[in-house]
Amino acid sequence: MQGRFGVKDPEPTFSWNFTNMSDLTIDCVSMRFNLPSGDSILALENISLDIKGGEILTVLGPSGCGKTTLLNIVAGFFSPTSGIVSLDGRPVTEPGPERGMVFQQGALFEWMNVRDNVAFGPSVKKLPKSEIDDIVDRLLEVVGLKDFKDKAIYELSGGMQQRVALARCLANDPEVILMDEPLGALDALTREKMQGLVLNLWDETKKTIILITHSVEEALLLGGRLLVMAPRPGRIHKEYRLPFAALGVGADLREIKKHDEFGPRRDEILSMIWDMEEEIMGRMETGM
Amino acid sequence: MIILLAYVAIFVVAYVAVRQISGRLTHLWGVTARKTVTFGDESAVTSDRWASVISVITIFLLWGAFTGSKLTPFHVPGPFIGETSFTYTSENLDGTRDDATVAVLVFEVGAEGDFNPPEVEPGPGFAKNDSVKVGAWRSVLVRVDKNDESGREDGAKVVAIDGREVEPGDSVNVNSGTVTISSKGTPNFKPAEGWQMEPIWLPSPEAVVSRVAEIAQHGYQNSTLFQHVGWSLFRVVAGFVLGSLVGIPLGYAMGLNGWCRGWFDPIVEFMRPVPPLALIPLVIIWAGIGEFGKIILLFLAALWIMAIAARAGVSGVAISKVHAAYSLGANKFQILRRVIIPNSLPEIFTGARVAMGVCWGTVVAAELVAAERGAGMMIMVASRFQLTDIVIMGIILIGIIGFGIDILMRTTERWLIPWKGRG
Ligand SMILES: Nc1ncnc2c1ncn2[C@@H]1O[C@H](COP(=O)(O)OP(=O)(O)O)[C@@H](O)[C@H]1O
Ligand SMILES: [Mg+2]
Repeated sequence: MQGRFGVKDPEPTFSWNFTNMSDLTIDCVSMRFNLPSGDSILALENISLDIKGGEILTVLGPSGCGKTTLLNIVAGFFSPTSGIVSLDGRPVTEPGPERGMVFQQGALFEWMNVRDNVAFGPSVKKLPKSEIDDIVDRLLEVVGLKDFKDKAIYELSGGMQQRVALARCLANDPEVILMDEPLGALDALTREKMQGLVLNLWDETKKTIILITHSVEEALLLGGRLLVMAPRPGRIHKEYRLPFAALGVGADLREIKKHDEFGPRRDEILSMIWDMEEEIMGRMETGM
Repeated sequence: MIILLAYVAIFVVAYVAVRQISGRLTHLWGVTARKTVTFGDESAVTSDRWASVISVITIFLLWGAFTGSKLTPFHVPGPFIGETSFTYTSENLDGTRDDATVAVLVFEVGAEGDFNPPEVEPGPGFAKNDSVKVGAWRSVLVRVDKNDESGREDGAKVVAIDGREVEPGDSVNVNSGTVTISSKGTPNFKPAEGWQMEPIWLPSPEAVVSRVAEIAQHGYQNSTLFQHVGWSLFRVVAGFVLGSLVGIPLGYAMGLNGWCRGWFDPIVEFMRPVPPLALIPLVIIWAGIGEFGKIILLFLAALWIMAIAARAGVSGVAISKVHAAYSLGANKFQILRRVIIPNSLPEIFTGARVAMGVCWGTVVAAELVAAERGAGMMIMVASRFQLTDIVIMGIILIGIIGFGIDILMRTTERWLIPWKGRG
């Protein structure tokens, strides 16, 4: 089998773990932050969500509507004020390697070279050296950085750094990949390429992916399911099921944008978010 | 004042000259991308290498010119050396006046034994000719009436110098010097000083250099130069290493654990603003002036700086890096070793540079106060004996070593943490 990336059959020592098609359940999760001033913010209110194994979900919403908070709860960095998150029936209480994270730029370890960054997960698991080398080689090939193995992080462009971040996350072969605006800091062209890469990786690995973004187009292109969240309190405003992600696998994403449904959807969501932002501004003006 | 004016003049003249020359040269070689806005654009201000070179040369030239150095081609006028004379007029009780001459021999400082006052004839009249010797930059009280037929006890007094009438307290310029009449009426001769500095104030560059060679070979105060400097360096390194060994873990503990931060914060915050120099008396009381006390002092100087640097290094870790590591399955120990420690290295190095600077300053100061050997002790003892050349040599050495330490730290930093400032 010739892989999508023009890669030969995976090495026998490393292959994606397809058996773990675990469902992620978010059940009535609320999060209240107590501020030092004595006030408190209800960042999330009663979020419930079922995500099937292998789904790709994108989350949109104005700043401050609790997207990052939700993702951090799923990752296990926060425990919610109420409600429960569980993966395959096991409640999430702390961060773990079965839930990988990809952050916006700056989360790579710049004191390590590309190879050591990607090898971080396998090496803290104390896998044998040869196995780690296999994983690193394979993943760097997948993200197209085969020749950059020995480069320092600061020698790479922003797009390449995010490729490393993806590879580092995949090296652990997680069941769920959580991405918080992973492409937010990239220029438009690089971003388009990376969107294609994310889609193809999703298709090849069959991982569950939750991706937060600020870009409506990105949310539409990558979201098999798309959530629009609303602020104060953070809640799910609207949910879509979309065909574009499935269509986009291996295809030219610019063609997908010409799809009949794409334009109307984009306009609809844009005006939805526009209205929310207007409302926030209005509330700020009336001093609420 | 003259030195300052000369310095400013050289600054301006060199600027104009270099401008002229480099203007011609760029005209010849053509100009590459030129910014039109440079005033206010910090990045457009590059340190002019010519200015630096001329600046250093200027300092040595001025130093040489004002100390009569043999290395500089020109000097400001030096003190008068040689023979000169002035006349005085004595008037005795009955109003008769008589003149006599005072021959003066001015010798170079430090050459006293080689000279005797010039031989003179007593001359006619009741006032007899005198003869004295005096070192440059010194003055001599000339008891002119000592050999006179009627002296001060007989009611005679000096009423004129070189024919000019004087009262006690007056000064008269004579050949190559000044004569001041003391309150008791005795002339006091001071040879002309010129503009050069006296060696005990500022020795010439070659005197300092030859002193370096001498002390490097024969030593001073029972230790060679190398030993003095070596001991100072040893104390700094020992104090710094001990301070880091305790301070860095302390800083990590404060950055990672609330109880530790609460416990040590008052201590660190209190000790941080206390200058290490203020601890010298207490350390001397507790530990004496030996090596132990010095190292304790430097340990304390480095400790707080390193603890604060390590704490800042921990709080400087981007939370996304820590989160990423946890999500990759790392445990607390792995996070500490593979994320927090490497991430805090830049801060720790900045702290180390500061700490080394402070330790070097503190060790010199502590040696000034009390020590058996060391760079500071060397210059302190030398200053008591007015061996200004050793003092200046010591100051230059201390400066060079301090600078060397900083360069060394910076090089190590660039080598160890190449990602600094590029994250
Ligand atoms: N650690 C925290 N402490 C206090 N308030 C927080 C914290 N994290 C987030 N918030 C608040 O929760 C709300 C949601 O934040 P966030 O999840 O970052 O929004 P988004 O990612 O959608 O921009 C914001 O109002 C923010 O100020
Ligand atoms: Mg966010």
